[in-house]
Amino acid sequence: MAEEDLFQSDHPVSASEDEGDGNEERRHSQLLEAVSTLAGRKRRKLAERTEASLQVSEFNLSCEGAGEKLVLPELLGSIRASSSLGILKKQLNRVKQKKSVELPLSKEESERVVREAAYNKTSKAVAKWEQVVLQNRRAEQLVFPLKQEQMRVAPIEEVLTGWKTRTPLEQEIFSLLHKTQQPVTDPLLTPLEEASLRAMSLEEAQLRRAELQKARALQSYYEAKARREKKIKSKKYHRVLQKGRSRKALKDFEVLRKLDPEAALTKLEEMERSRIEERMSLKHQNKGKWARSRAIMAKYNLEARKAMQEQLARNKELTQKVPMEPEGEEEGNVAGEGLLPDSINEVQPSTDGANPWMLGKPSSEAKDSGMQEDPKDPRESVAPEDAGNEGEEVSEEEILLQDFEQRRCTRQQAGSPEPKGAGEAEEEHLFVELLSNVQTDPGVEQPAQGPEGPLLSEQLGRLCTPEDIDALGQEEGAEEQERPWPTGTLQESEEEGSAGGGHTAKKAPKQKMINLQAVLAGESHVIHCPAQPVSVQDEEEEAADQRLVIKEAFAGDDVIADFLREKRKVEQAGKPQAMDLVLPGWGEWGGTGLRPSTRKRKRFLIKPVPGPPRRDQHLPHVIISQQRNILAAAHQVNEVPFPFDRRQQFERSIRAPVGPTWNTQRAFQKLTALRILTQPGHIIQPISAEDASPQSTMPTRRGGAALAPTPQHSRHHQRPHKKAR
Amino acid sequence: MSLPGPWLGGSPAAPLIPPISPHRHLLLGGQRGHVAALDWQTKSLLCEINVMETVTDITWLHTETMFAVAQRRWLYVYDNQGVELNCLKRFNGVLRMEFLPYHFLLATASETGFLQYLDISVGKEVATICTRGGRLGVMGQNPANAIVHLGHSNGTVTLWSPNVKEPLVRMLCHQGGVRAVAVDSSGTYMATSGLDRKLRVYDLRAYQPLQSLVLPVGAGHLSFSQRGLLAAACGDVVQLWGRGAGKGGTLILWDPYLSHTLPRAAHSLRFCPFEDVLGVGHGSGFTSLLVPGAGQANFDALENNPFRSQKQRQEWEVKALLEKIPSELITLDPGQLGRVDAITMEQKHQERVERLGFDPQAKPAFQPRRKLKGRSSAGSLLRRKKKVANEEQRTKIRKSLEQQQAPEREPKAAPRAQRPALDRFKK
Repeated sequence: MAEEDLFQSDHPVSASEDEGDGNEERRHSQLLEAVSTLAGRKRRKLAERTEASLQVSEFNLSCEGAGEKLVLPELLGSIRASSSLGILKKQLNRVKQKKSVELPLSKEESERVVREAAYNKTSKAVAKWEQVVLQNRRAEQLVFPLKQEQMRVAPIEEVLTGWKTRTPLEQEIFSLLHKTQQPVTDPLLTPLEEASLRAMSLEEAQLRRAELQKARALQSYYEAKARREKKIKSKKYHRVLQKGRSRKALKDFEVLRKLDPEAALTKLEEMERSRIEERMSLKHQNKGKWARSRAIMAKYNLEARKAMQEQLARNKELTQKVPMEPEGEEEGNVAGEGLLPDSINEVQPSTDGANPWMLGKPSSEAKDSGMQEDPKDPRESVAPEDAGNEGEEVSEEEILLQDFEQRRCTRQQAGSPEPKGAGEAEEEHLFVELLSNVQTDPGVEQPAQGPEGPLLSEQLGRLCTPEDIDALGQEEGAEEQERPWPTGTLQESEEEGSAGGGHTAKKAPKQKMINLQAVLAGESHVIHCPAQPVSVQDEEEEAADQRLVIKEAFAGDDVIADFLREKRKVEQAGKPQAMDLVLPGWGEWGGTGLRPSTRKRKRFLIKPVPGPPRRDQHLPHVIISQQRNILAAAHQVNEVPFPFDRRQQFERSIRAPVGPTWNTQRAFQKLTALRILTQPGHIIQPISAEDASPQSTMPTRRGGAALAPTPQHSRHHQRPHKKAR
Repeated sequence: MSLPGPWLGGSPAAPLIPPISPHRHLLLGGQRGHVAALDWQTKSLLCEINVMETVTDITWLHTETMFAVAQRRWLYVYDNQGVELNCLKRFNGVLRMEFLPYHFLLATASETGFLQYLDISVGKEVATICTRGGRLGVMGQNPANAIVHLGHSNGTVTLWSPNVKEPLVRMLCHQGGVRAVAVDSSGTYMATSGLDRKLRVYDLRAYQPLQSLVLPVGAGHLSFSQRGLLAAACGDVVQLWGRGAGKGGTLILWDPYLSHTLPRAAHSLRFCPFEDVLGVGHGSGFTSLLVPGAGQANFDALENNPFRSQKQRQEWEVKALLEKIPSELITLDPGQLGRVDAITMEQKHQERVERLGFDPQAKPAFQPRRKLKGRSSAGSLLRRKKKVANEEQRTKIRKSLEQQQAPEREPKAAPRAQRPALDRFKK
């Protein structure tokens, strides 16, 4: 059957072949076929190709240009010539030009497309605001209105020219101004001022200026010179200068006396005055710091001695009376009676020098000795001496006057040729005497140890030592209480007290016990108040009894022991517990009455980590609760905020106060500056597109803009869903 | 000034001039139930009532328009016309009261040993604490941190806040019971007096005793003035101590600055704020004493203006209510809120480490750099690692040693008093 089928199926194809090939061959092939089918697999027989073709089909079909579509122009090409088909051709062309209409999009898709387009458009429109918004957000302070009008200073003329008087008051004022020829439109200069301006010409002004300049320059030269001269330290130079000056003055005076006696008289008075001043002052009396130092050195140093003498000489010279006028001799007598004669200030070398106060007062000596006795204040020593002088004057005025007169006469006779030299010698003698006095004077209280004695005594000499004060205190108030200072000495003193106190709470740690006793039974200050309660006054007399009574009353409740017990309990409760993992019977015998070995117990007892030390570990009389305040902790910050690295940093910054009491004014203002400032009375316009454009430069301080855009802009803000697709 | 009046026969228990109300207003309460409020400068009476019950304590609330009276059974609130506003039956047997002005809390101590806090701005009972301290007849407040101090019969003084159910601090102050407690306005000093007739002053910063005085009769009442003067009522004598010769004006008490004898025993003491006046209630009335230097002369009008008008008072009231400090913030150390909560922080960190599986804040381990020419051998790498590790340890040890040695070095320099006088010029 199969064979036949095959044969028949082949038949239409091989119909044409029959002529060319022999029958045998066909049979052979049929045979082969049959054999192959016998193998169980049906093979399709390939058709034989009979004509040449590009495409080889399995089904033995072949056509030229197979696989290509039929295209319209190809068909049209054939109808080229015939004109009757022209219309059809046109129509076909038209059809060809028209593209096929696409399928309309679904509703969702079309909407999505619209949204996307709208989003792009709006985001572009909104992006131009981005810069402004960012800037405003970053700005430390915003001042609204953002666009501030620049204050322009209009020239006053401009303002005035546009001025029109409106109110009657203004009119009145203007009329007044007109009357007095005050400038109204050009307010710079009044006619008077203009006239004064015109008065001085330019040349004149220049000349005057040059003159002034010259004078100023001269003055400055002179000043510079004077300054330079003043800086010269050479004593000799100054001395020479001084001498020259005095000589010149004398000469002038002589000349003046001849020419103008009246002027000379005033000059004389002046000189007299200077002399008085010198006598008043202590300038050259070996009194100053320098002089004192010199006095110490004088013994060993010739130069120093000389310097001192020089100073004394100068004093003398200055205090010397101006030679009397020939015509004023009678007056001189009169004056001599009124004023103190010169010789009062002079030294009397012949006197024994035991008491310089009683003498005619040689200033230097008296003061030096005074310095030794009381180095503190020269003023005090001066005052009594003056008083003494006066007293003498009043009492034995006449006698003394005679005496002085005599002495002066003799001195003048003796050393008139060079009074200065004599004076110097005198001074020297006096000085030596003084030194010897210093060394040997038994009347001086201090044990004199050379010339530096007084100086040393000034530094270290105490008016009264602490011991003295103590002694004084004891004398004055012997019953005054000893006042215990609680801080340093408390413990030691109270340990003693506790020893006597005799409280028994040996269970507590020893040191703690001592401390606690100290705290409570520490010595107290018994006060003595002026007013005492009436009811207790008599009780107070037997104070010891009272104390005993109280002791007895509270003997039962041992407050301290109770407290210690409580404290120990609290401490124990607060300690972390050790974990006991010991199991009896493992590795050893177990049973009643048998305890695990100590080794095992030690091994399986897990010791806890000791907690932080108690806050009251050094305070025996205090129990401080270690409990955490959870309610307050809820309000605490429990992590370090961003810019800080460590807890301490953050805490420090939080702790720093902001208020003006703790900060400088500027820092305080900066810290508390408002972020947004609005100026009162100004309309705050919403930000406009010009503001947002990048060309417009932002004002520096303002930073920013209203975050609410205008209504028309807000239209753009209906943003489509970003994920629209 | 002794006020004549119908209560003279009784004994006014508590003349109070509470610090927060303007100083012009005085509140008097007699043990036999007489209550009177008056403007003590003009002497004009605001109200005068008899509550027909024993009055144990009396206090102004935040303004002079309201006051609380602790009567024998319950706590009552009256307005300044004497109209009863409230009767708080949960507060029974109150013996002492303290008003905490910044928290709007009225703290009461009862005879049954309960310490109760009432928020008067909302009328809520904030906390009720059983102190287990027996009858609470002694109470004081620390104005600096609003901690309440209670004195007990076993000689201890306990410090309480409404947030913790146990005493923050227990101090053994006296061998007998405590009779009076007062804390000065800076919160630095606490004065206590006890049955052992002692008056002690403690430094509350260190809980250390500063001073101890023995008074002829112990002080029954203590009060600190704004400037730190201490008044003590010992029987019928009122004694005052000024701020003594201590360094930097520390409170050192010697012989009293003033003392005054009253006709009868004193029942209460209170300084008048911003005035040099001490009001004393005693057995036969009320006496105001002049105490030079007691009141603060330079008041801060923004904080508490003694001359404020009614309008200002009303505004102040609103502001004070807005700025009311919640009771949870009462802590022994007011600076605690400015600190980071270290325990929670640590815990959070540990949790985070567990969650992430690594410590994000940990320092990365030292990784030795690779070197050439055989220097990166295993041995040398190990050596380098050890070197770095040891370096860290060394710095740690060095630091701890420095810390240990620092206190040892200090006492080497002899104390000032022992050095010779001329040594101070040594360089």
